[in-house]
Amino acid sequence: MKRYNMRIAGVGGQGVVTSAHILGNAMSAAGKYASLVPFFGSEKRMAPVEAYVRASDQPIYEVGEVVYPNVIMIYHPQVITHGKSYTMPFYSGLKPDGLVIINTDVDIIPEEDHAILEKLNTKVINFPATKIALDIAGTELATNMAMIGLFFGITRLVDFEYIEQAVKERFLGNTFVASGGTASLDSAIEKKFKKKVELLEKNMQVIKEAFRMAEENGWVLEEITV
Amino acid sequence: MPEQKVVETDYLLLEAPREKKFITGSQAMAEAVKRANADIAIAYPITPQSETMHLVGDLWAQGYLKDYYRAEEEYGAMSAIAGAVRGGARAFTATSGPGLLRGLEAIASWPGHRIPAVLGVLTRVVNAPLSIQPDNVEISYLLNCGMVVLHAENQQDVFDFTLASFAISEMVDVYLPIAVCTEGFFVTHAKGYVNMTPEDMKLPPRDPYKAPVPPTDCEIPPARIQRDAPVQKSNFMSYLIHQVWQQEVWSSNMRAMKYIYKYLNGPIEVINPDAEVFVAASGCAAAQAREAVRYAQMEGLNVGLLKIKSIVPFPSKEVRETLKNAKAIIVPEHNIVGWLAKEIKANIPNSDNVIGRPRVYGGMTLPVELIMDEIYAALGIKKDKTVLV
Repeated sequence: MKRYNMRIAGVGGQGVVTSAHILGNAMSAAGKYASLVPFFGSEKRMAPVEAYVRASDQPIYEVGEVVYPNVIMIYHPQVITHGKSYTMPFYSGLKPDGLVIINTDVDIIPEEDHAILEKLNTKVINFPATKIALDIAGTELATNMAMIGLFFGITRLVDFEYIEQAVKERFLGNTFVASGGTASLDSAIEKKFKKKVELLEKNMQVIKEAFRMAEENGWVLEEITV
Repeated sequence: MPEQKVVETDYLLLEAPREKKFITGSQAMAEAVKRANADIAIAYPITPQSETMHLVGDLWAQGYLKDYYRAEEEYGAMSAIAGAVRGGARAFTATSGPGLLRGLEAIASWPGHRIPAVLGVLTRVVNAPLSIQPDNVEISYLLNCGMVVLHAENQQDVFDFTLASFAISEMVDVYLPIAVCTEGFFVTHAKGYVNMTPEDMKLPPRDPYKAPVPPTDCEIPPARIQRDAPVQKSNFMSYLIHQVWQQEVWSSNMRAMKYIYKYLNGPIEVINPDAEVFVAASGCAAAQAREAVRYAQMEGLNVGLLKIKSIVPFPSKEVRETLKNAKAIIVPEHNIVGWLAKEIKANIPNSDNVIGRPRVYGGMTLPVELIMDEIYAALGIKKDKTVLV
C-alpha cells in the first residue's frame, strides 16, 4: 500500500494551492484517493504558502495539516535561504527514507542540514523547475507544473492522461465541451478559449519535460511507503 | 427547487436510495436541512459556521424554507429559535465557539422548555488566546444541559446525524434539542464522499400537537411553572417542581438512545472488538484514530477503535462492554481538558487504564503519529526516534 503524505512549501503567486488541487484531482480521476488541506490564513504574493496533500490507492481517513511528511516539495529557493516558511527548518517532521524536491539549479542546503537529511536516508533532488518553465512555457508561472510533473514522473502514481485531465479541468473547467458548437462562439470567447488551450498545451509540455528528466536522471522510484 | 414529496421518516432515513456526492461538511449539513422539511432557520454568522448558514440561506432563497433571517447576535438567535419552535415550527440554527457560548444561556434553557430544535456546532477555539481554528472544548459546555449531543467524524456523519436529529428530537418520548457537533475546517471546509437521499424527498412536517407539552399555551408547563409564584420562591414546592421537571428531561434524554440505535446504527462503532489496546475517540479525532488503527494493524499490532457518536446520552453500557478486556485505552482529543477521557473514566470500572493522550490545542492537527507513539508505549514497544520536530 502506498501512502504519500506531502507538504508543499512555496511563496504566494506560485500556484502552490492550485497545483495541490491538480495533484488531488489527477489521483481522483485515476480512481485513487487524495485529500488536500488548504492553508487557513491570509495569503499574499511572495509570502509563505503551504499546502498539504495525501495521496494513496487506499481510502484516506485522516485530516488536517501534514505534520510528518514523507514527501516535501519546495517551490521557491527562498523557502530555505530566506526562511520563508511556516515550518522551520524546511525538513521538520520529515520521516526516514523520504523524498525532498527543491526548485533550484544549485545546491542551497547548508552543510549541517545535509548531514541530518543523510541520516534520515532522504532522497534530495535539486530540480530547476523555474528554468524549465521559462524555457518551455515562456513563463515562470509554469513552475508549479514542472514540480508536480516531476513528482508524478518520479512516483508514477497515475498515468499521464489523468494528469492531463486534471490540468484541463483546472484551466478549461469540466463543463466546457470544445467539440460542441465552437463555431457559434463569438470571437472574444474564441480568442479567450484559444489562449486557454495554448496555456494548457504549454503546461502539458512542461509536465512532459519533467517526466523525461525523471527518467533521464534515474529518479523514478519503485514506491515509498510509510 | 425540485418538487419535494413527503415520505415516511423510516423510509427516508433507512431505505431511500442514496447517491454519492463529493462535498464539504458545510454542504452536507445544508443538504440534510434541505431534506428535513424545516420551516425556519435563524442564525448569526461566525467563522467557521458562516458557510453552513450561508448555504441554508440559499435554501430559503430556493424555497426550501419558509423563513430565514440573521438575528442580532447569538443570544437573540437562540432565543428566537425557542420562540419559533414553541410556536410550532421546525427550526434549525448553527454556531461556532464564542457564538455558542454567547447563546448558551438560551440554549441551556431549551431542554427544560422542551424545544426540539437542531443545532449545528462547528467547533472553534473559545479560550484565549482566541483563534478561528477547530479546538473542540466548547462541546464540554453542552454536556450538562439536558440536550442530546452527537459528535460527527466526517461529512457523511454530518449529513446522517443532522437529518436523523430532526426526526429524533421531535419523538414524543424524547422532545429535546439535539446538537450535531463536528470540527470546523477539518470537516466543514474539507470535502468527503457523502451518500445522500434523493433531493426530492423530505421528512413529514412537524406536528406541534404531537408533543408531551403543548406549545404556545402559557397556562400550562413549561411556561406556567416558570411564571407561577411557587417556583419563584424558596419553598419545597419549587424544589420539587424543578426536580420532577429535570428528571423528566434527563429520562427523555436517555430515551433518545433507542432512536440512535434505530437511525444511526447505534451510539458506537467498533473495529477489532478483541483488541488488546483501544483508541477511543469522537468526532474528527475518530478519523485520526481510524488511521492509527489501520497503521497498527499493518504492523501486526492488536489495536482496536472505539468511536463514540453520542456523547449525551453517553453509551455507558456499550463502552463498558467494549473496553472490558482492554489493557489500555488511548483517548486522543482536540482540547486541553480531555472531556471525553473524563467521560470514559467515569463509565468504566478501571479508570487507570485510560490514557488521556494525545491532546492537541488551539485547533491544531492531531497527527496520527502521536497516537502511534501512545500505542507503542502501551504495548511496551521501543521505537527509535528519527523524526525531527
